[in-house]
Amino acid sequence: MATQHSRSAARFMMAPAVVLLLGWMLVPLTMTLYFSFKKYLPLRGGDLGWVGFDNYVRFVTSSAFWPSVMTTLIIVGGVLLITVVFGVLLAILLNQPMWGQGIVRILVIAPFFVMPTVSALVWKNMFMDPNYGLLAYLWEFFGAQPVEWLSQASLTSIIMIVSWQWLPFATLILLTAIQSLDSEQLEAAEMDSAPAFKRFIYIVLPHLSRAVTVVILIQTIFLLSIFAEIFVTTGGAFGTRTLTYLIFQRVLESQNVGLGSAGGVYAIILANIVAIFLMRIVGKNLDA
Amino acid sequence: MGHIKLDQVSKTFGSVEVIPPLDLTIEDGEFTVFVGPSGCGKSTLLRLIAGLEDITSGHIEIDGADATLVPPAKRGLAMVFQSYALYPHMTVRKNIAFPMKMAGVPKAEQEKRITAAALALNLTDYLDRRPGQLSGGQRQRVAIGRAIVREPSAFLFDEPLSNLDAALRVGMRMEISELHKKLATTMVYVTHDQVEAMTMADKIVVLQAGVIEQVGSPLELYRAPRNKFVAGFIGSPKMNLIEGAEAAKHGAETIGIRPEHIEVSTTEGTWQGTIGVAEHLGSDTFLHVHGIEGCDPMTVRVNGELSLKHRERVYLTPNLTHLHRFGADGLRLE
Amino acid sequence: MARSVTPRRKALNTAAAWSVGLLIFFPILWTILTSFKTEAQAIADPPLFLGFDWTLENYATVMERSNYGRFLWNSIVIAGGSTLLGILIAVPAAWSMAFVPSKRTKDILLWMLSTKMLPAVGVLYPIYLLSIQFGVLDSKIALVVILMLINLPIIVWMLYTYFKEIPGEILEAARMDGASLKEEVLYVLTPMAIPGIASTILLNVILAWNEAFWTLNLTAAKAAPLTAFIASYSSPEGLFYAKLSAASTMAIAPILILGWFSQKQLVSGLTFGAVK
Repeated sequence: MATQHSRSAARFMMAPAVVLLLGWMLVPLTMTLYFSFKKYLPLRGGDLGWVGFDNYVRFVTSSAFWPSVMTTLIIVGGVLLITVVFGVLLAILLNQPMWGQGIVRILVIAPFFVMPTVSALVWKNMFMDPNYGLLAYLWEFFGAQPVEWLSQASLTSIIMIVSWQWLPFATLILLTAIQSLDSEQLEAAEMDSAPAFKRFIYIVLPHLSRAVTVVILIQTIFLLSIFAEIFVTTGGAFGTRTLTYLIFQRVLESQNVGLGSAGGVYAIILANIVAIFLMRIVGKNLDA
Repeated sequence: MGHIKLDQVSKTFGSVEVIPPLDLTIEDGEFTVFVGPSGCGKSTLLRLIAGLEDITSGHIEIDGADATLVPPAKRGLAMVFQSYALYPHMTVRKNIAFPMKMAGVPKAEQEKRITAAALALNLTDYLDRRPGQLSGGQRQRVAIGRAIVREPSAFLFDEPLSNLDAALRVGMRMEISELHKKLATTMVYVTHDQVEAMTMADKIVVLQAGVIEQVGSPLELYRAPRNKFVAGFIGSPKMNLIEGAEAAKHGAETIGIRPEHIEVSTTEGTWQGTIGVAEHLGSDTFLHVHGIEGCDPMTVRVNGELSLKHRERVYLTPNLTHLHRFGADGLRLE
Repeated sequence: MARSVTPRRKALNTAAAWSVGLLIFFPILWTILTSFKTEAQAIADPPLFLGFDWTLENYATVMERSNYGRFLWNSIVIAGGSTLLGILIAVPAAWSMAFVPSKRTKDILLWMLSTKMLPAVGVLYPIYLLSIQFGVLDSKIALVVILMLINLPIIVWMLYTYFKEIPGEILEAARMDGASLKEEVLYVLTPMAIPGIASTILLNVILAWNEAFWTLNLTAAKAAPLTAFIASYSSPEGLFYAKLSAASTMAIAPILILGWFSQKQLVSGLTFGAVK
């Protein structure tokens, strides 16, 4: 269905979205690149001239850089592991015949609606507080020494909070995928006398592989840039400074825009590596 | 009015030439059927006439005026789609009213035409339902109703019956034919089913790979197919095409004989063979006979019931007045 | 798997699923319960589940202390505005991609999605600077535009997948019936895509409502939405669990209620059309 007329109409109708996104991408990116080659301290003299690759070198060689990359990877990896494993289990559980399935589903989705600042604050104070938090009561109840979650087990705590927020997303996508599994396939396997565990390994899991990929990739996009959870809980202390947070501190807290911009370029490169993988998978889905 | 003339019309998609330049005239009031195997370009040709695709070169004339660059809505044509393309969010009444609403027909006039169309198409009781609540045949009628109320100069049908089951198809075929008799408006109808073409058309256009193989009335095509392709495509069961020595006897590269033009005997005849499969339909019997040189199996149609069975030996004699002869280029020899 | 199971098996499933569901929901439930306690009861040892004196005093205090209404209004304007603006821009674009595809359509879609991966922090300072330049720092309009831009790829993508499911023949029928492009989109495409558009709107309202990078970094007193309202509670001032809970409940309640009522549409939206 394409006449010359409809094709030109299509171009015209696509233009606003394309132009806006192009601007949104290019303008700030160019500025970031520009600043990254400058010594630029807004509160201490402003633009102090070109410095070549100094900022890039300084950012990578600073003692905070590699730990921040590690922290980022640990958080992203940990959350992905937890949400995917529990997501699959939960999706299978929710797909079983039961009473009140709709209500259970509502309960499970709920954390997705909670804004990151709220969930971080609630977890930090009401659950993870070493004196008054609910987890402290629980530990004491079993006679254990309460854990100072956000200082002694800071990364674990952050991973727990973020996993809680993203588990609903993983579960829902995986549940949708399981529901699309043709029950005749399972029945055929049952007729071939495959036990339940083998049916899961050989039929359910392969069927879920695409959904798992989608979960991993979409979550990665969002997880690479988690901010509020750290901002509200530890403020980047106790080894929870991710790359995102490090750059935020360079730009807004120490007001070293040049250095922060160089860090931003690194973050963009990191994100693009992930993006390439994502695009290839999504691109394949587009053809299907 | 409804006179459509295609003048050297062609269509290419990218570098693929779907329709090489062709000429065709559709007379006012005529029921024209485009028929051909899938992918022959018949639907594309219809969409070119509708204006849903741009033509790559040539001109389209509707009622004497050049319509090449006229958008679909302004060509005065109505189209019935294969999927019916009803608006699922509108009731039957609103579906039928939609083209009139777009054209700014006054409300009272709209009502009058809807009532008339609903009466003609047996839809009166369904006007306030949505397409989702209708059967396939009823949806088809709504699609036709939506086309009728526009009072177009020509109707375009794109395989309108292919989503219906066999029994319904026969009924709808009759209804569309009757509609044509009543309205006497030009209709252009696309199908891959030669039975539909034979039963409905005033004029059949046989297409293959975007090329018009033959244009003519159903019986012209049946009696004198212009080439081997048309010979094999029109008629059911298909014409037997025989090559080699048998054909040479008649001074042709290939000869063709329709299954209904062969005599069967158990004692004597021109050709000898054994029955492979015998299909007993009651009114007819189709025999698939093996062992005849140049055509294996040969299909034979015998009226009524016949007690011949698998592996029996039979003799076949073609009725030479109905023999078709084709040359090396596939064209008919007179 | 519409298969018959024994009632015993079903009961076990039910028990397991409800336990897990309640466990996941517990932090929210606990927050809501705590918001009705007094500060002393909120930190009582052992914790009180239901046997406490229900009070609305925390809500009153929170309302008094900070102007909840203004934060709420900012959230509504920012989330709603950015979503509607995004839809207005995305519907025509998605129409083009779904119904007049060209060789480049796929590349354009992928490119749009890839802008979503631009880390916000990488462009924080430029945006900050531009906001000052245009005099829109700490204004709702800046956040409406920025959140619209960061969610636009998702909106286009979702609408595209929904539109793709609408048969092109119906739009052609409209064209044959004499509808102009505008009428085709307005009377035929949009009504047919309402469920898809609704899912898209919902998911994006939620994403925008909960967005907590730009809303925290580009607002101060004037345009701050609920994310910032809550963040202001991150520095503890004595015993404050009940008040924190009340504030939290007020911040998440609107979206929680909206989400629950529109669960079905949301589920399809959440999968981004990536899983069928």
